Amino acid sequence: MSALRVFPSPVSNRRALAEIAGVVPASRLGVRPQPRTIPTGIAQVDALTGGVPRGGLTEIFGPASSGRTSLLLSVLAQVTAREEVCALVDASDAFDPHSAAATGVDLKRLLWIRCGRKVSSSSFLVSRKNRASAEKRETRNEKLASVEQALRAADLLLQAGGFGLMAMDLGDIPPAIARRVPLTSWFRFRRAVENTATALVVVEQEASAKSCASLVLRTKHSAFSTQQSAKAGAVPTHARLLHGMQLEVEVLNSRILERKPVRSATTSFELRASWVG
Amino acid sequence: MSFAAIYVPDFLVAAVVRLEPSLRGKAVAVLEGKPPAVTVVAMNERAAEAGIEPGMTKLQAAAYPVELRQRSPAQEAAAHAALLDCAQVFSPRVEETAADTVVLDIAGLERLFGPPAKLAQGLARRASELGLEINVAVAANPDAATLAARGFAGVTIIPPGRQAERLGALPVDVLQVAPEILETLDRWGVHNLRALAALPEVAMVERLGQEGLRLEKLARGAVERPLVPAEPPLEFEETMELEYPVALLEPLAFVLGRLLEQLCARLEARALATNELRLALDLDAAYSADEVSRFEFHVSRGEDQLETRNVKRETLFERTLRLPLPMLDARLFLKLLQLELRAHPPGAPVVKVTLAAEPVEPRPGQGGLFLPATPAPDRLELTLARLAGIVGEQRIGAAEVLDTHRPDGFQMKRFALSAPHPSSANAGLKACSTLPTMALRRFRPPLAATVGVCEGEPVRIAAGEIRGEVASLSGPWRNSGEWWKEKTPPIGSDAHGSNWTREEWDIALSNSKSIAFYRIYRELASGAWFVEGTYD
Repeated sequence: MSALRVFPSPVSNRRALAEIAGVVPASRLGVRPQPRTIPTGIAQVDALTGGVPRGGLTEIFGPASSGRTSLLLSVLAQVTAREEVCALVDASDAFDPHSAAATGVDLKRLLWIRCGRKVSSSSFLVSRKNRASAEKRETRNEKLASVEQALRAADLLLQAGGFGLMAMDLGDIPPAIARRVPLTSWFRFRRAVENTATALVVVEQEASAKSCASLVLRTKHSAFSTQQSAKAGAVPTHARLLHGMQLEVEVLNSRILERKPVRSATTSFELRASWVG
Repeated sequence: MSFAAIYVPDFLVAAVVRLEPSLRGKAVAVLEGKPPAVTVVAMNERAAEAGIEPGMTKLQAAAYPVELRQRSPAQEAAAHAALLDCAQVFSPRVEETAADTVVLDIAGLERLFGPPAKLAQGLARRASELGLEINVAVAANPDAATLAARGFAGVTIIPPGRQAERLGALPVDVLQVAPEILETLDRWGVHNLRALAALPEVAMVERLGQEGLRLEKLARGAVERPLVPAEPPLEFEETMELEYPVALLEPLAFVLGRLLEQLCARLEARALATNELRLALDLDAAYSADEVSRFEFHVSRGEDQLETRNVKRETLFERTLRLPLPMLDARLFLKLLQLELRAHPPGAPVVKVTLAAEPVEPRPGQGGLFLPATPAPDRLELTLARLAGIVGEQRIGAAEVLDTHRPDGFQMKRFALSAPHPSSANAGLKACSTLPTMALRRFRPPLAATVGVCEGEPVRIAAGEIRGEVASLSGPWRNSGEWWKEKTPPIGSDAHGSNWTREEWDIALSNSKSIAFYRIYRELASGAWFVEGTYD
């Protein structure tokens, strides 16, 4: 007879416990808890966005010299300063360790994956199937191959888990090729970081993750400054040092803000050259 | 005082079966000698029942339904080392009595392992995990325990003072004495130890000398001698000779898997782990010379993390897999070795596999609750190996800025997790105080450019998609170094280890949409222009 006894299901058990403890499910909350974020290290951007969300995908896009890379390095510096481990999947092998060190990135805590070069493999002791696929890969477009490498590397890193921040740098990949990354890949990445402490940041020329992104930032260059000479008159070219750049950051989409802005919000900040004291 | 003896029946066969679990329960015979004089030297009970006898030729033995294997001294040494490892789990005082027999002092171990019967069961279980089926006997002296282990199957416990009674039923063969003495005893009608123990001591000495007295005492289980503990070196090596050359990775992985399981079981028995795996593959010497020379090319590209050495001609292929911290996971090691062999194929069929592990203390402690999360070290190691398969070994790791004025002077170092200091439990609240600066995105290699110059200053540039009129510029700054190095790099290359002389400019190119900043330079040796990177 004991076999016929009806036991309460785990779900009803959970409900009963929640009622006793006075716990309200997240779906019924009036104000949802804010996701954990990482400060970008730039006060103006932090004030605008609240930081880079953990467990979400952040897109930073803009043309060349719009400050995308500087913004990424600044976030990396903040994460490594917290003694967390970061990974950078560099599709175009464009990362400059000197700039990163000057920004304050702890390079020992940054795993750098330099994509974009073909890997030679011997035909011996490799199964026939793998050999055929390797030959097929070689014939593809180099840029496309480096994006493919970057996607595979990102997949592996997200599976491994434990990174505070994982960055994908597609900044030099032409938008036409970046658009060929299937939406399912972005969706998979978003799902992989969801409910984890990892922030996924993608740098590119045009936004391509669509609705998979939790935060979309567009960067734009507005002005630049050079060293002013004390003396009036013509200044020799070697004395006109590039001092810094005035940049604008626009929030196009954010799921971390309590209320979505009716219009995109913009802020501006200045980046100084590393040689300026 | 009490002692436990471990005996491996049919040791030569057991050494083979240990690395080939599929042979368990089958009739197996071991062959020795050079063709054509290959004869049977050992067989298990099933093979003996099937009709196999020592001294049979290979051809004769092949007529019976038995598995035939070549004798391997390396496998026997590994089996003996495993036997010692098994004994060392329970007692530090272990005597290497013979290749197939070890005796351990178990006095005072009751509080740790329980009564002798339980300890003996534990020994048998541990040996079974190491791939050995053993007999265990516990007695008051080492020789009585040894004789009981050789004579009785399974676990035997002889209470103190009852050695003569229990050993009496054993045949005189268990004494392992010279054949002449056995013949003499046979002529006397002495077939078991009880009959031998009943013989008068004086008469035995008169006829067989001191050896007779020793045998008589052994038969009574009355020999008292101190144990001679051995201190075997901590060497963990497993070898398997393959019956036929293996040319594909998949079957080789099976062999590696078996060896790794045994290595990990032995390390675990000693409460150790490893941070270095050494793989040595003996290659088929009959492989064609052309292929071997190609293989030489492959192994010559050694790297700092994974060393490649080519020792004896081209027939030995060695790889060393260094791990960032001690680990003990056979499946992980197998995957790492597979990835390693896929990246660096030996280039010829494999005839013998040797795998050695460097024993180290396991990783102590654990991560703190309030310390920042980091990737699991074993999973990270596997991920790094897989990433190396995608982008190449040299292209993953942590960058280290070099103390040089060379443009783009850095080196890639192996990425290793640096554990957060326990005192930095609130590391998550720290913030970087450095102000963000303009970053440079590099083009590797630099883009060759066509530059229009007016009065010594660049006025327009064309380098692929980067083209336009120069809106603003600063420079030039001359940069040179390492002039003492004669080697001149190829034009535009950023090859390290060569000298450089160049003029750098920062330029702004404007188009209808935006303005972009680039660093360009002119190589003074060749006069060629390049775009080094963009400020972003």
